[in-house]
Amino acid sequence: MFSWKESGRIIFLLVVSSLIIVPLLATILGGFKSNGELRVSPFGIPQTWELQFYGEILGDAQFWRYLWNSFLISILTVVLTLVLGSMCAYAFAQVRFFGSRFLFNYLLLGLMFPFAAAIMPLFLTVRDLGILDTPWGVVLPQVGFGLAFSIMFFRTFFAQMPEELFDAARVDGCGYIQFFWRFTLPLSTPILATIATFVFVQSWNNYLLPLIMLNDREGYTWTLGAMDYRGEYAAEWNRTLAFVSATLAPAVVFFLAAQKYIVAGLTGGAVKG
Amino acid sequence: MTTADDHITIKTPSVWQRMMANGQLRMLVIFVPPAIVVFTVFVMLPMLQAGFFAPYKWSGYGPAPWAFNEDTGREFGRWVGSQNFERFWGHSAFQTAFTNTLLVIAVSLLIQLPLALLLALMIYNNSRINTIFRLIFFLPYIMAEVATGLIFSFVLDGNYGLSKWVSDLMGLEEAFFPLAEKPWAFYSILAVIVWKYFGFHMMIYIAGLQSISREMLEAASIDGAKTVQKAIYIQIPLLWPAITISIFYSVLGGLQVFDLVMPMTAGGPSNSSHTLVSYLYNFGFIRLNVGFGSAVGVFLFAVGVIFALVYRNTVQRGQ
Repeated sequence: MFSWKESGRIIFLLVVSSLIIVPLLATILGGFKSNGELRVSPFGIPQTWELQFYGEILGDAQFWRYLWNSFLISILTVVLTLVLGSMCAYAFAQVRFFGSRFLFNYLLLGLMFPFAAAIMPLFLTVRDLGILDTPWGVVLPQVGFGLAFSIMFFRTFFAQMPEELFDAARVDGCGYIQFFWRFTLPLSTPILATIATFVFVQSWNNYLLPLIMLNDREGYTWTLGAMDYRGEYAAEWNRTLAFVSATLAPAVVFFLAAQKYIVAGLTGGAVKG
Repeated sequence: MTTADDHITIKTPSVWQRMMANGQLRMLVIFVPPAIVVFTVFVMLPMLQAGFFAPYKWSGYGPAPWAFNEDTGREFGRWVGSQNFERFWGHSAFQTAFTNTLLVIAVSLLIQLPLALLLALMIYNNSRINTIFRLIFFLPYIMAEVATGLIFSFVLDGNYGLSKWVSDLMGLEEAFFPLAEKPWAFYSILAVIVWKYFGFHMMIYIAGLQSISREMLEAASIDGAKTVQKAIYIQIPLLWPAITISIFYSVLGGLQVFDLVMPMTAGGPSNSSHTLVSYLYNFGFIRLNVGFGSAVGVFLFAVGVIFALVYRNTVQRGQ
């Protein structure tokens, strides 16, 4: 059944979609064009498919090093955030201990200001700890900033677990720590996955912290690498586009696969208010 | 015969003993401190230090600006009082950066959120085609800012891309480089911000819309309410908690825009497209003005926290 309203809706949605897809498609296709062709037809299908630029990037050990560095930093950030965050949130959820309210508000404060505000003293702290130019210089601040929000999420989730479970386990002589590893964590896989995905995405895309903490090209993350590459081949957009596509492709595939968890992370806070 | 000694007294366990049982205390001692320590060392302490460094002129050499340097016979830094604050407040590049940041927030609230809401209302129902649209609209959000910035500096490059196409179409003799022209550079960044983040807000609204009961909407339909009326009188009011959250994210996110600025304009031309954070990076970090950068950081902190506290106690009160 044809309706003007429905087709109007679809046309509007298609226009918005094309505003998103055309630049992305132009980026991927741009990597297959010679620079001359790119000037003449930036958005069209390549007349001759040049594989050279993608080939050079994928064959470059430095490129893989960038990706590996980003991956390592992201994984370390995820693991540490999950372990430290879930442990602390478990304590908050299980026990109303002296100062717990204060500590909780203290953590909340971390969600209220842009992390860049403290970037100068943070740089000096990392320098004085001797972890400048190491993955830890990026990982530990990221964990610090990720903890506040992950503890909020974990606590809400843990607090909703049935208390009977804990009482039953306690009768059987299970202590707090044992209960955490044997029951709480295994029952929390959805929230663990959500936070892991969220933290991973943020770390993978991070630019400001690596920019400040990493000076040595060997330790660069891919975001620094992309900016470097752009600087090196300023006149050749096709190379930069190939580089951006090559780094974006695996990320987009992963993120689309994990979309469910990203959305759960976004909306977990929103629906609760 | 009984003596006092024969009485069996059962003492109620003290708080302390109860905490020792089941290893509660042990758990607290092991579980709480690591997170608090990392958070303190890498988030709160630096922020506190920024407050202490702000009244000094200091290059970051030495342990602290007030520490004594034996080689020179003076302190590492120099006390300048409120000078750092006066300096950035009077700096035209800072004023532009501040205005730009407010502009980001205004555009987010006035253009991005309504657009996100409109799209959410269009595609919140779970059908296959809606799911595909949702994926597409969400795509920009998960892309790195740096990649987005690079893509759009290509699209807006006067020798390539959209900008060249528009220039040719209008028959301009010289190509137009929006990222190198004064008001256009930051307008371009604003447009890219909308492009990148509307999907994020749309997802928040979709989740909110899906939690609104169907019966209420059906009842409204039976009473003759049109789509627009349902949206205005039922859906948007019920969505208010989600909207307040997305306003909060817009403002706090608007305060931190940096990654997009660097690949697109790096703050240029002539410092016209800085945001507060890129200003801080350029004039604090790059020049190693620790005191000055800290002063800007304190300002940024104050704006964020004041907004968050006021917002929580007014708009979000009771939610």
